Formats: sequence, C-alpha cells, structure tokens
Amino acid sequence: MFEQLGDLVAFGLLGLEPTSRSGAAVQFFVMDVAKIFVLLVLVIYVMGLLRAMLSPERVRAFVRGRPDWQARGMAVTLGAVTPFCSCSSVPLFIGFVEAGIPLGVTFSFLIASPMINEVAAVILVGVLGWKLASLYVLAGLLVAWFGGLAMQAFRPERWVEDYVWKIRMGETAMAEPDTSLRGRHRYALGEVREIVGRIWRWVLLGIGVGALFHGFVPAAWVTEHLGGDDWFSVPAAVLLGIPLYANATGVIPVAEAMLTKGVAIGTTLALMMSVAALSLPELLILRKVIRWPALALFATVLAVAFTLVGWGFNLIA
Amino acid sequence: MKTFKVLGGGCRNCEVTAEAITRAAAEAGVEIALEKVTDMAEILGYGVMSTPGVVLDGEVVHSGGVPRADQVRAWVSG
Repeated sequence: MFEQLGDLVAFGLLGLEPTSRSGAAVQFFVMDVAKIFVLLVLVIYVMGLLRAMLSPERVRAFVRGRPDWQARGMAVTLGAVTPFCSCSSVPLFIGFVEAGIPLGVTFSFLIASPMINEVAAVILVGVLGWKLASLYVLAGLLVAWFGGLAMQAFRPERWVEDYVWKIRMGETAMAEPDTSLRGRHRYALGEVREIVGRIWRWVLLGIGVGALFHGFVPAAWVTEHLGGDDWFSVPAAVLLGIPLYANATGVIPVAEAMLTKGVAIGTTLALMMSVAALSLPELLILRKVIRWPALALFATVLAVAFTLVGWGFNLIA
Repeated sequence: MKTFKVLGGGCRNCEVTAEAITRAAAEAGVEIALEKVTDMAEILGYGVMSTPGVVLDGEVVHSGGVPRADQVRAWVSG
C-alpha cells in the first residue's frame, strides 16, 4: 500500500523514471514517510492507551535494593520500555546513585533506554521484518548488559562528582493516573503529540538520508566496500555514528536503504546502535555528574561493544 | 497567589513548560509567581527524576515531559 503510494507520487505525479536515480530516491522517500509516520502514530497511541510507558521514578523503586544481577536484568529490560528526555539523564543518574543502585547497573540503564524502545522495535518489524527487529533488540540488550558490567569493572565511583553523593532525594506522592477510557485516550493523544513533535525531524532526516543512499549510491560500490568482507567496515561504521545523532526511529530508514543495497547486516546494526545510543551531545550532558575519564571510558566501552556485535553478526551472516 | 516552580536543568522542554504556564496565566487573567529551578539538589529534593517537572504551591503536580494545555489551564485557574 505504501509502496503503491510511493510509485504513484514519484512515477505518476512527478513523471520520474523508475530506473532513474531521482525516481528511486523520491519513491523511497514518499513510501517511507507515509509508512513510518502511520506506524509511529499507531504504535504510540496504542502504547499510550495501555499506559505501557514506565517512569524512571518507578524503575528506580523497582530496582533499588536488589542483588546485582537482578538489578541489572531489570535495568536493561525496563530501560527498553522507559523513554526519558535526554535532558533528564543528570537527575536520573543522581536519583539512581542516591537509591544505592550500583553505577554499573545505572550505566546499563543509560545504554538500554535510548538504544531500544518499543516504538522503534515495532517500526523495525514493520520496515525490516521481525527477524532483523529481534536481532537489533537482542544486540541492544546484550550491549547494555555487558557494557554496564564492563563499566563496573573499572570502579567508576571514583569519577563521580562529589556533590552527587550528598544529594538526598525526597519522597513524592505522584498524582494517580486517570485510568478511565477517556483518561487513557487523552493520555495517548498527548503522548502522540509529544513524541511525534519531538522526533519528527530526526525521522524525516533519516528518511532523506535513506532515500539519497537508495537512489544515488551504486549497488556495485556498496557490495565491494561494505559487503562485510573488510574487517574495518564495522569499526568505521561505529566511528561514523559517534558524531551523528538521531533518535532510534530515525535510523531505521537509513538501515533499510543500506540493507536493500547489500550492506552487511553487522555493519548496518553497528551503525544503527552507534547513531542511536552513542552521541556526543548526550554524553557531554553527563559531564555534570561524572568526570572526563568516566565519559571517555563509557564511549570506549560502547564503541568496542558495537564493533564486536557488528563483527559477530557479519560472521554469522 | 499561586506559586509555580518548573523543575529542570535548562533544557528546551523546561523552557516550553514555563512559557506555557506564563501564557495560560495571562490568558486567564490570573496573577502567579513562577520560578525556574535548575539546582539538581532541589529538583531531586522534590522526588523528581524526570524533567521537566511542575510544582504548584509546594506540591509536585507533574513530571517527565511538557504538560498538556488542559492540565496547565486547570492548575492556573483551578
């Protein structure tokens, strides 16, 4: 249905040739804009109706006081269904520290949350199929689990700013959510407006990049250089993704274009994870709570983990 | 007079929230006092981890995103 719409606009209305570069790019763009935004609105609305989104405050209450492996398991899985604005990462970090949650577990949460979310997962299924979607989610869970463990091994406590340890968190009885059908509907609509309003630019940008890649990069060149035979294409993809930042949903159309052109699956996954979970601006926000060595270590651990995951998937495929 | 505090470390969503409250108050013709709280100790002191949060007369009424317009109107005039 979305493909036909793309065909109609690109080849019917604009009269472009299906075999031409611009024709292919425009067709891809129209098709993906329609498909991804329809999926986005549907998924967020349904999640909102179910009130499936958790707040970080509740995650903190769940995780605190549990043994390490349990806490990490919860931080990783709850992180996947807990969206938070990147501007909240500082109070979130302090809140976790104050609850006595181990730093390694907090890092697991900080990795899992931006990398995996239920909205991106459903759109991944819709665009790339359930196999790739589950591979991506699995890779994300693994990286979050072992990334946090690796951080823990370096005893990051010594790099936490002193003032963080002194903050005491208050108790607040949050207003009970309105669980009537009408309340849920209004909440869901609010979520759609808020989330789509926040990420639509990233998604459009991602679709634009994907469309250009789809239309203008020759498949033969891709197979030769990014087909998965060169060991360095994975670390190169990770490095490329560090300065680039997009929301997890925005990377999906880029990955779609890369995969259809024959880029190796591990290389694509590595780029996706790097773009979604490793971004300089978000990393720099954390400077308010941890000092430079910890930041550098965090970036390194993530980059290494993404590279290993990429190589792993290229080997299997 | 109602006293509002917008909790948040100076991010865009916090600005948007503060503006929404100011605007709603002006529209309703209600006089309010509004303070933007950026100090982390004070924000967490309210038990809020996800910003922006809103405190009305000492009580946390909202956290974790920009509030809806009808919520803001209710706080201002309710």
